[in-house]
Amino acid sequence: MLFLQVIVGGLLLGAIYALFSSGLTLIWGMMNFINFAHGEFVMLGMYVSLLVVVWLSGGPAAFGFAAAVALFVLGVIIYAGLIRHVMRGPMLAQILSTFGLALLLRYTAFFIFSANFVSLPQTSLSGTIDVGGILMPLAQLVSGVLAIVLTVGLHFMLTRTTIGSRLLAVSEDRNAAMLMGIRPNRMQALAWGLSAGAAGIAGALMAISYPWSPSVGETFGLTAFVVVALGGFGSVPGALYAGLIIGLIQAISAFWLGPIYKDIVVYALFVALLWLRPQGLMGKA
Amino acid sequence: MKKPSVVRPKILLLAACLLIYPLVFSDAFYRDIGVTFLLAAISASAWNIVGGYAGQVSVGHSMFYGIGAYAPLLFYQLWGWPPMFGIPIGIVCSLLLAIVIGAPTLRLTGHYFSMATIAVAELIRIFTGTWDLVGAAIGLQGPAVARGWWDLTFRGELPYYYIFLGVLAVLLYVTYAIERRRFGYYLGAIKAGERAARSLGVPVRKTKIEALMLSATFTSIAGSLYSIKTGFIDPESGFGILISVQMVIIAALGGAGTLFGPLVGALILIPLQTATNTWFGGSGSGLTYILYGGIIVLIARFEPGGLFELWERIAPARWKSGHAA
Repeated sequence: MLFLQVIVGGLLLGAIYALFSSGLTLIWGMMNFINFAHGEFVMLGMYVSLLVVVWLSGGPAAFGFAAAVALFVLGVIIYAGLIRHVMRGPMLAQILSTFGLALLLRYTAFFIFSANFVSLPQTSLSGTIDVGGILMPLAQLVSGVLAIVLTVGLHFMLTRTTIGSRLLAVSEDRNAAMLMGIRPNRMQALAWGLSAGAAGIAGALMAISYPWSPSVGETFGLTAFVVVALGGFGSVPGALYAGLIIGLIQAISAFWLGPIYKDIVVYALFVALLWLRPQGLMGKA
Repeated sequence: MKKPSVVRPKILLLAACLLIYPLVFSDAFYRDIGVTFLLAAISASAWNIVGGYAGQVSVGHSMFYGIGAYAPLLFYQLWGWPPMFGIPIGIVCSLLLAIVIGAPTLRLTGHYFSMATIAVAELIRIFTGTWDLVGAAIGLQGPAVARGWWDLTFRGELPYYYIFLGVLAVLLYVTYAIERRRFGYYLGAIKAGERAARSLGVPVRKTKIEALMLSATFTSIAGSLYSIKTGFIDPESGFGILISVQMVIIAALGGAGTLFGPLVGALILIPLQTATNTWFGGSGSGLTYILYGGIIVLIARFEPGGLFELWERIAPARWKSGHAA
């Protein structure tokens, strides 16, 4: 029964991995651009939640919304101020831009919030529920389910709505999209907003159940890379499956080998993937 | 390098400055800055071969640095070998790692290589922290008192300064030689456009792996020099991501893919880093990295060619060195 609990816990955390990784894969697929600061967006979402709870004594709905909006705005600002200008530049500038951004955000967070671990005070979602003998913290259950709903929602938005088609059009052929009256800059700003917003809300969902410090961004960023590499570049459904798989692998390796090995196993999987299937598990060659 | 008569005196002047610096500034504080500067310049110049000239942006070069740093102290602790015996062992391990990492990832686009290098460096860092043979999270220590000159354990900074300067000179000469050989033109072609380079008959994969191996060799030596000098190494100071970051930012600030770019970058950044650490005390290291991040973003946004390119654009023609990158 304990093992079953570990599996369910891993899947619920994996669902949140899927949510923030879908943001990374969206930018990658659409603009062929890797955001090295994506993990830092998740970290910022966590601190936004903390500020909303401490200053405004808001509940989970309020800080989840606040984290999503704040990060959406930050994503758009970063696109307009930085990414738009380096996108067509040399590879070095592309990589340096978001890499420097990651350092800037991470160490600014260190400076403001200190390196100590923090966690949210008790929310209305505390307590555990018993599902057929499996004890689950209510907060993890709600966050995990919500993360899946949001990831699937993002997928439907990209595939079934007009705005999704416009985003897709820009990613397929920028010039042709322009001829159709779509403004690529607006669409790409929107994509950055959505990507950062997904990371922000994922951060809020994780903040409910787990303590964190400014350095979590690095771990989440790498986790997102692994998820995207496993799920295929640019594929939101791929990110969903891969996120769940990574969550599961982490939970099982923490259970069998010990908590410090959970990241080793995931990164080793990534390196193995590079050797065997560099295009991703579900990606096309 | 069309006008060697113009360039030579400048290089001689630079060499003279570096040679007499520790004699003029004999204070331990300034000598320490000098040694730190040389070490930073060596690592950044080593990164520059693959990151600058070949345009393959590795953000995980600490993997080679860390291996180079661990090898001398590991064999000292295991069997009491003089630390410098570990240098070639570190190089061999780094070369093997370069092949293992390079063979699959250099096939792919530049972004992927960057990502893979971070992941591998992190993997090694976390793994080293759990491995008892290499001291786990506590790390390794070198000889406290030298048993002879071969231990390379000196009291003052001066001997290290000149050893490091010698290594830097060799590395810069190798880079200079590459610039002028076919290999250097291959690297430039790959950086400019891989597909075009391949269609013109450049052996892309082979060249990239060779560049990575050469870069790994010197990065490993830099790590060995660091651990022999400080006599101590732990996972963070060997494999930490900030080690890689420093190489990238120093090279990019001065001018990635230029011979003296890393030197210029180190000349600006190391005193700056020392200053922030002295002014702000304990919290200084945090501020240093905020500054690092800010500088990287600004370079990427406004001056991706680094200060070298800025200089080439704004300086009067007669001051220019005559070898625009």
